[in-house]
Amino acid sequence: MNPTMHAYKTGWRRALIETKVTLTTPSDVIGTLFPLVIGVTVLLFLRGVDIEGAPVSLGSMSMPSLIGMFIVWGGVFGVLGTMVMDRTNGTMLRAKSMPGGMTGYLVGHLGSIAIFTAFSVMVMLVVGLVFFDGLEFASPDRWLLFLAVLVLILAATVPLGAVLGALLDNPNNMALVMLPFMGLIAISGIFYPITALPDWLQAIGQVFPTYWAGLGMRHALLPDSAVAVEIGQSWRTLTMFIVLAAWSAASMAFAPKLLSRMARRESGSTMAARREKMQQDWG
Amino acid sequence: MAEPQLPVGPAIAVSDLRMRYGDKDVLGGVDFTVETGSVTALLGPNGAGKTTTVEILEGFRARSGGEVSVLGADPADGDEHWRARMGIVLQEWRDNGKWRVRDLLAHFADYYRPYTDPWSADELLDMVGLTEQAGQRLMRLSGGQRRRLDVAAGIVGRPALLFLDEPTTGFDPHARREFHELIHRLTDLEGTTILLTTHDLAEAEKLAERILILAGGRIIADGSPDALARAAATTAEVKWMQDGRLQVHATDDATAFARKLLATDDGAVTDLEIHRASLEDAYLALVEQFEAGEVQAAADTFQEATR
Repeated sequence: MNPTMHAYKTGWRRALIETKVTLTTPSDVIGTLFPLVIGVTVLLFLRGVDIEGAPVSLGSMSMPSLIGMFIVWGGVFGVLGTMVMDRTNGTMLRAKSMPGGMTGYLVGHLGSIAIFTAFSVMVMLVVGLVFFDGLEFASPDRWLLFLAVLVLILAATVPLGAVLGALLDNPNNMALVMLPFMGLIAISGIFYPITALPDWLQAIGQVFPTYWAGLGMRHALLPDSAVAVEIGQSWRTLTMFIVLAAWSAASMAFAPKLLSRMARRESGSTMAARREKMQQDWG
Repeated sequence: MAEPQLPVGPAIAVSDLRMRYGDKDVLGGVDFTVETGSVTALLGPNGAGKTTTVEILEGFRARSGGEVSVLGADPADGDEHWRARMGIVLQEWRDNGKWRVRDLLAHFADYYRPYTDPWSADELLDMVGLTEQAGQRLMRLSGGQRRRLDVAAGIVGRPALLFLDEPTTGFDPHARREFHELIHRLTDLEGTTILLTTHDLAEAEKLAERILILAGGRIIADGSPDALARAAATTAEVKWMQDGRLQVHATDDATAFARKLLATDDGAVTDLEIHRASLEDAYLALVEQFEAGEVQAAADTFQEATR
């Protein structure tokens, strides 16, 4: 078989094993579910809060937004966080020491994050449908839209995580990426309609995928009349697809170069230096 | 499936290898070759440039100058076929901690399939004595078990060349002995060339047919453990009893001195002993000087002592 194809195939097997490993590691499952449980619990209390002009409660409206946000967060930080750790513990260097290993590692890692995120999303969807009134998921066109938005968000954010992971050499700099991302959530209309914000904040929010992920999921799961509280009273379906596809294309364009640069620089001594630096910064 | 390339010439050939970080020369013209099928130790104090040298050979690091050929190719542009023919065991690998032992080896074997017929996970586990740990997660292994697993992962693709970087650092004597036995078993595998780095002379003497000592950015001694020991023992201490008194004499030519002594003593000499300075003494002196910052002096003294 063609060695490159073989590396992709082996990487896919890695994705499946990684997924199995993550799902059977209690700390990983709890680490993912815990923030979600908190988020959903908060939303449960918001079921009694009405928004003017919307047919559903704030809780029900925010549930799809939370799903959208989670895919962005899981895609970007699932990939980024593990890559940063894997450069410190030698997983990446090991991959580099085997033929086709780096390709296999990346395919496996990105694939497993995508699978695991999609799995968590399915759990959230079920929770949403059971506990939140007004969510609509009863027709094939809803399913199709939901899946299309899910795939598109993953396609936009998983490579973005890889780009950031290739750029971020020091685990201690994770916060530099995380804090702006958290700030972004506040201006992306996840927990309250974005239209409540000043125009300039709305403009910034609409540059990044988090807003569009939330919008896409609301589009997929809320009754059509909920569009009344969105910008321009429109789901802006085409714009959403274009913006997310643009993020995806941009990340995928940069990722190969940055990843091979990262791979080229990886060695036992750079890893040891990184580890030492991490210990110094912490101790 | 690709045809395995036939080994051509030595497994490793290095000439005038130079490495410079900023304005610091770490390697200042390293020359050596490693023949196919041999076990060679690259010995030197910590910070002598061993890891840098090995990383250049592994293709993990770009060099500043000189010629390097590993398995017939320049590591700077070694492709995946080249990569498939070598195994690498690093000092401190803590990768894939949540994976289970057998899963990991079986998965790693997959990467080599387009190039060779890799060992099966169970064969490897048997070889490195980890059959009982097959279902355990990697992070639950002891230090010694983990390193044996690293060796298994290093040889999964039946490499022509295996790099072992400081393989027993941090081991207790029992784990160290087990590990040495494993390396001896590996050397019985047909045609595997092994290059190991260590700062421990005893380990180098025990495992390697040939020792290269790296200090001050160059190779300052090169030979079999015996040859180095003999070369290091230029001075000897001769002790004997004569007229009820202990006599001591230091000499460069102990044999001639003893012959003369016995020829002229009229049977009065008893308890004759000759102690040669050992390679260990010479090496420890080198390490001491090296650690005191006298890099060049250390290298020069040792080189004189072993020539």
